Amino acid sequence: MDKKIKIIIYAALLVALFALLFILEQILPSYSMLFTVLKKGAIYALVAVSMNLLNGFTGLFSLGQAGFMLIGAYTYGIFTIPTEARSAVYQYFDGGIINFTVPVVVALVMAGVAAAIFAYIIGLPVLRLKSDYLAIATLGFAEIIRAVFQWKTLGPVTNGSNLLRLYPTFKSVLFPFAVSGICIAIIVLLINSSYGRAFKAIRDDEIAAEAMGINLAKHKRLAFTISSFFAGVGGALLAMYQTTIQASAFKSAMTYEILLIVVIGGLGSVTGSCISSFLFIAASEWWLRFLDETTYIGSFKVPLLNPGFRKVVFSIIIMIVVLFYRRGIMGNKEFSLDPIAKQFKKRYRRRKEVVGSNEQ
Amino acid sequence: MSSNIMLQVENVTMQFGGVIAVDNLSIDVYEDEIVALIGPNGAGKTTTFNCITGVYEPTNGCIKYRGEVIVSNYPQGKMKKQYLGKNNGLYSKVINPTPDQITILGIARTFQNIRLFKNLSVFENVLIAKHLRAKQNVFTATFRLNYREERRMREECMALLEEQSLLNLKDAPAGSLPYGLQRRLEISRALATDPKLLLLDEPAAGMNPQETQELAEFIRQIKEKYKLTILLIEHHMDLVMQISERIYVQDFGKLIATGTPEEIQKNQRVIDAYLGVAEDAFA
Repeated sequence: MDKKIKIIIYAALLVALFALLFILEQILPSYSMLFTVLKKGAIYALVAVSMNLLNGFTGLFSLGQAGFMLIGAYTYGIFTIPTEARSAVYQYFDGGIINFTVPVVVALVMAGVAAAIFAYIIGLPVLRLKSDYLAIATLGFAEIIRAVFQWKTLGPVTNGSNLLRLYPTFKSVLFPFAVSGICIAIIVLLINSSYGRAFKAIRDDEIAAEAMGINLAKHKRLAFTISSFFAGVGGALLAMYQTTIQASAFKSAMTYEILLIVVIGGLGSVTGSCISSFLFIAASEWWLRFLDETTYIGSFKVPLLNPGFRKVVFSIIIMIVVLFYRRGIMGNKEFSLDPIAKQFKKRYRRRKEVVGSNEQ
Repeated sequence: MSSNIMLQVENVTMQFGGVIAVDNLSIDVYEDEIVALIGPNGAGKTTTFNCITGVYEPTNGCIKYRGEVIVSNYPQGKMKKQYLGKNNGLYSKVINPTPDQITILGIARTFQNIRLFKNLSVFENVLIAKHLRAKQNVFTATFRLNYREERRMREECMALLEEQSLLNLKDAPAGSLPYGLQRRLEISRALATDPKLLLLDEPAAGMNPQETQELAEFIRQIKEKYKLTILLIEHHMDLVMQISERIYVQDFGKLIATGTPEEIQKNQRVIDAYLGVAEDAFA
């Protein structure tokens, strides 16, 4: 396929997607479960791709994602709560010490930058570690951050263990799609650049990568910082989606959810992470809801359908998926239209042949 | 043979715990030469390579590249008491570069057990080697502001692959190549870093006589073409005798002989090292 035609087709698909989302919003009621899934799915897709950049492309097994999301969420919240609402939010801390607000887009970038700065500092000592040890260290960092943000002394900034709320949020599903889309596009550009190739080289063979003149420390730190930047932006989006921020929500369980999405989607596949994030959110929040409700058929009570059963089924589904797709849904390949186009061409050609033979 | 000295290994000792892997080794490599480093298994040849390329920090000694000290160390800390080698106190500078810094200076290497980026394509494998000389930064690379440089890098790699007759395989995963081609790709990848000095660690390992013969031809070709100086470790004696101008022989870490291929073939100590000596030989 010609490169230009390819770009046009992908752009058209993108426009079509946004148009579809827009139309859906006009037709369906805003409380529809579909929008919950789409919003949360888009946010998780961004965070999963940022984690994939680290785990799948650079080969650094890090579990600090929830910590960086927390930093992003708080940075966004702290700098966007309107000044008139501050006395209500920071009621135990005399309205807090920050008395200005910044526009939403600026706050989103700040959220990323804050997470990236933390990542850079943490990365200096931690990135000397490898595999499991790195995972433990980053997980520890995330837990510490969660505790620190609830510390009373930091209350004037972080509001202690109280909620941050009343900051600007989004209503339309288009907003998280646009922000996530831009961020994921940037990550994809990075992965396909010279630096992305260096990351993949480090993943495949550190010693050989070093012998090829790739500075391990620098490139690992780079991947870690960039990944955390986008995790921070993802955290800010999540804060907007949830309308309140509380440090205790950013548990390590959140990191595991994202790790699960990345692994199911396929380590080293951006589209895999995106697809699996929507499937994951849909399955956990929407499609399996009925399992939690006590159901009667006539007067017969269906066994097992009790609150909590959903999680059992969900876990079993994940086990089955992992058993049958060892390398994730997409492996390390990307979704592309090429095979579909080929199929079409083949069919078209066959039809032509059939027509041709009929004419004879 | 020009008299410009390329690489000087000076009194390098590498001690792991109580084991001396490289013992007070000195090697000189002149520009435009092919020098071989041979020795029985476990003689410390690869360790010497690892010291030169910054993978290990030598315990004592220094290494000069074109007259400039690039690696230097002396026994410190715990090693101060444990040190069993010679020339303690001769060196007082510590320079321990990482392997990437050595590569940037113009010293490239290959590995004994082939280390390709197996999941990446042949083309990408070579392209990665161009990364270190690129002037881009993350920002320009991500937003394709460096497209001119990127295009130049790609063209250079295509040209290199064409020369090495690997072009028809450029999209194949490196791990799927047959063994001989993997060797060739690894050398091509090292060439892509624009080296002046190439260190080959057993390039003919696992090759049959005919393939070895082809390799000898190949090494001569790339040496002429890229104006390289080559230091190689090898066990195939026909290859070593055929292409190298001078040979260093290492045994149990120590240098036991040096000279031209003819001299080495006659050297009794070398023969003893390879064939073993009867217990009562010295009696």
